[in-house]
Amino acid sequence: MIRAGGVKELFNYTIKRLLQLIPVLLGMTFLVFMLIRAIPGNPAQVILGQQATKEAVEALTIKLGLDQPWYTQYFSYLGGILKGDLGESMRTRLPVADEIWPYLAATLELALFAMIIAVVVGINAGIISAWFQNSWFDYSAMVLALIGVSMPIFWLGLMGQWAFAIELQWLPTTGRENVRDPVSAITNLYIIDTLIQGRFDQLWVVIKHLILPGLALATIPMAIIARMTRSSMLEVMRSDYIRTARAKGQKMFWVVYKHALKNAIIPVLTIIGLQIGLLLGGAILTETIFAWPGIGRYIYDAINFRDYPVIQSGILIVAFIFVMINLIVDLLYGLIDPRIKYD
Amino acid sequence: MRKGKLWSFALIMLLVLSTALAACSGGDDKEGSGDKDKDAADQGGSENKTLVFGRGGDSTSLDPSRVTEGETFKVTVNLFETLLNFGEQDTTVQPGLAKEYDTSEDGLTYTFQLEEGVKFHDGTDFNAEAVVKNFERWANGDADTFPYYNSMFGGFKDDEDHVIESVKADGDSTVIITLKRPQAPFLKNLAMSMFAISSPEAFEKGDDEYERNPVGTGPFKFVEWKPNETITIEKNEEYWQEGLPKLDRVIFQAIPDNSARLNALLSGEIDLADGINPADGVKIEDHDALQLFERPSMNVGYLGLTVTREPFDKKEVRQAMNYAIDKQSIIDSFFEGRAEVAKNAMPSSISGYNDDVEAYAYDPEKAKELLKEAGLEDGFEMELWAMPVPRPYMPDGTKVAEAIQSNLADVGIKAKIVSYEWATYLDKASKGEADAFMLGWTGDNGDADNFLYVLLDEDNIGSNNYTYFKNDETHKLFLEAQTEVDEDKRIELYKQAQEILHEEAPWVPIAHSIPLLGGAKELTGFVPHPTGSDLLSNVEFK
Repeated sequence: MIRAGGVKELFNYTIKRLLQLIPVLLGMTFLVFMLIRAIPGNPAQVILGQQATKEAVEALTIKLGLDQPWYTQYFSYLGGILKGDLGESMRTRLPVADEIWPYLAATLELALFAMIIAVVVGINAGIISAWFQNSWFDYSAMVLALIGVSMPIFWLGLMGQWAFAIELQWLPTTGRENVRDPVSAITNLYIIDTLIQGRFDQLWVVIKHLILPGLALATIPMAIIARMTRSSMLEVMRSDYIRTARAKGQKMFWVVYKHALKNAIIPVLTIIGLQIGLLLGGAILTETIFAWPGIGRYIYDAINFRDYPVIQSGILIVAFIFVMINLIVDLLYGLIDPRIKYD
Repeated sequence: MRKGKLWSFALIMLLVLSTALAACSGGDDKEGSGDKDKDAADQGGSENKTLVFGRGGDSTSLDPSRVTEGETFKVTVNLFETLLNFGEQDTTVQPGLAKEYDTSEDGLTYTFQLEEGVKFHDGTDFNAEAVVKNFERWANGDADTFPYYNSMFGGFKDDEDHVIESVKADGDSTVIITLKRPQAPFLKNLAMSMFAISSPEAFEKGDDEYERNPVGTGPFKFVEWKPNETITIEKNEEYWQEGLPKLDRVIFQAIPDNSARLNALLSGEIDLADGINPADGVKIEDHDALQLFERPSMNVGYLGLTVTREPFDKKEVRQAMNYAIDKQSIIDSFFEGRAEVAKNAMPSSISGYNDDVEAYAYDPEKAKELLKEAGLEDGFEMELWAMPVPRPYMPDGTKVAEAIQSNLADVGIKAKIVSYEWATYLDKASKGEADAFMLGWTGDNGDADNFLYVLLDEDNIGSNNYTYFKNDETHKLFLEAQTEVDEDKRIELYKQAQEILHEEAPWVPIAHSIPLLGGAKELTGFVPHPTGSDLLSNVEFK
């Protein structure tokens, strides 16, 4: 698949990129650390609530180490990360590393589902629009895409709930599962959990719960991907080799989906990579509207409670996923187009 | 060429996947409605014994003695019991795990006769020894572990202000608590959810472990906690009160957004929802399958005036603010009329409320006069802090602030609306950085002390007295009332204090709101409690 020299090249490139991650992530821990401390609001006060006495707040401040100078706090945090210790949530008193997976899994499941919808629908809509340029399909798809980009997620979410859950009663409004018949969590990716347990009835329930939040989350990337694919395809379709292929009498479907798409997909791939990152941001709103117990809400709640270790580690993990996705996208370029060199 | 094949393969997989997905969502409709029917049957008939309670947030802990936030108590009130209970819909003191109780003449010795034959969920016996161990656990703690114990009983074991001298078992079913000095709200404090009696065997395994594995004597037992998602509790088959609870299972589901929670109620996924916006009340009342519940008001929403900042250091200016604001129209427009106009710092349901205080009428002319007296006939400029989050006592901070702003403009005061994120807001306001700020309070134990002393005494400047109001007379009255055991004398003290507070006007009291809940029509036996923690043992589907 890849030339003999290519494997080594790819390996070196990957190592190089991974090494580059270290300063990026380090810089990020520092930035996040300083930023959250710049927000007013004492975590001890917030955790103990309005009712707490002054003595209680002081005692907790000391216990949490918040009376220490910032550099002491920062380096003990860094030291912890190196040992795989993400700190302890100030609010729930649980290690973040133990606590975070169910939230992360919930978001990954939702984001993956949304991304599949966005990619499958977005790319195909873009291709068909380009294929039948200036047709009614092209116009309506692009108008829909424009609306999709400009639609606020919370509005879309609430409308979806109203239409599909309350009026039509097809889909559930909130949550990940039928709470009356809960999924027993193993991996916390509920689709996989239900498959492992052979509970196909619950699998349907879980998928149904994914549809509305998934669509809400997918709308914007779907629209962007569709527009990008369309313009990229249009450009490629005008090129000589496509004309040659068509002149040779190849079927249009084949020309479009094989010859043209292969070259048109590179810029689309970049957009997809970026959109996955944005998706994680959009997840906060979606997770709130759909009561989805994901990482977005986990971090959002942590910010409200000034739960420093959770904010720091939560953002670090999300950032890590984001840069990893970018790396994968860059590696994919070469796989699709061998002319692209790693350097 | 081989790479080309790979790509086509990936493409075909994508197409297959999309078809499969389309098939899923296609079949979904049927599947969905089928499920719906099952759910509906579940909810409709007397078959249904599972209640799903939708609420705004998750609990932070299931050990009630360690937290101060209300979402926790909503669950724990059903898992645990206290020595004494509050009344069904008020904060009068009723028997609980203690079937009888006796107070000595001097108010220093309390004797409790415990219910016999009661068992904790782990099978161990509830007895006098268990009660003693619970008190020992709290008294040996520290301020950040048991924050409420600290604030209700004046500190811990070795602290000078600690009010409890000793807690002793006398036989198996008698507990004697001796105080160092009389504490008027002592019995009410014991009825608070945070002083619930836990199984000593369970908490001796360690506080952090116990927080997620609570063991009480209550009508329900803990089953499962999925963070930020659901907490499930089930019927305690061995519950000591005959015939209770009526439900088999209660699931608390966290749905942060008020509109989404309403949608979940409308679609029948949840049976009960709290935090209903006043604006949605009518929608629920008019709905065939739903009913509206009103929680008795035990809160106050107010506009605090920081008395250390100019020009609010002048009494006339504070009074002028009170005359300038049209509370009734605020309540009509933003509370949909579901609130009582406030004239005191505590609601009328609390004993000691002074109904003789004459409310400041809406009188812009009078306000202008007072401003003139204060030498501010040309008005002044100020910052008006608007709450960024809805609270039971204030459904929409920004809109109410806009109404206040226009009221103030009418008397020549230019108010600039300012808002911060909630934790920042509280932090800055508690440091006295606001000219005037909107805030509120929901009572913990239904005692006047829990409103007046906590919110307006000099001892609480820097914590809950955000206005920095300081008055020697009220301070004396509050301290006296804390140790006065004679109820009538105590009421008199609080009434006097309210007269002074009215005259000094550190606040513009705005409203005592009625928080709303929505529930399925078949639900019976649900009685919302003013403290916000609802006991569900009598609830069932008819």
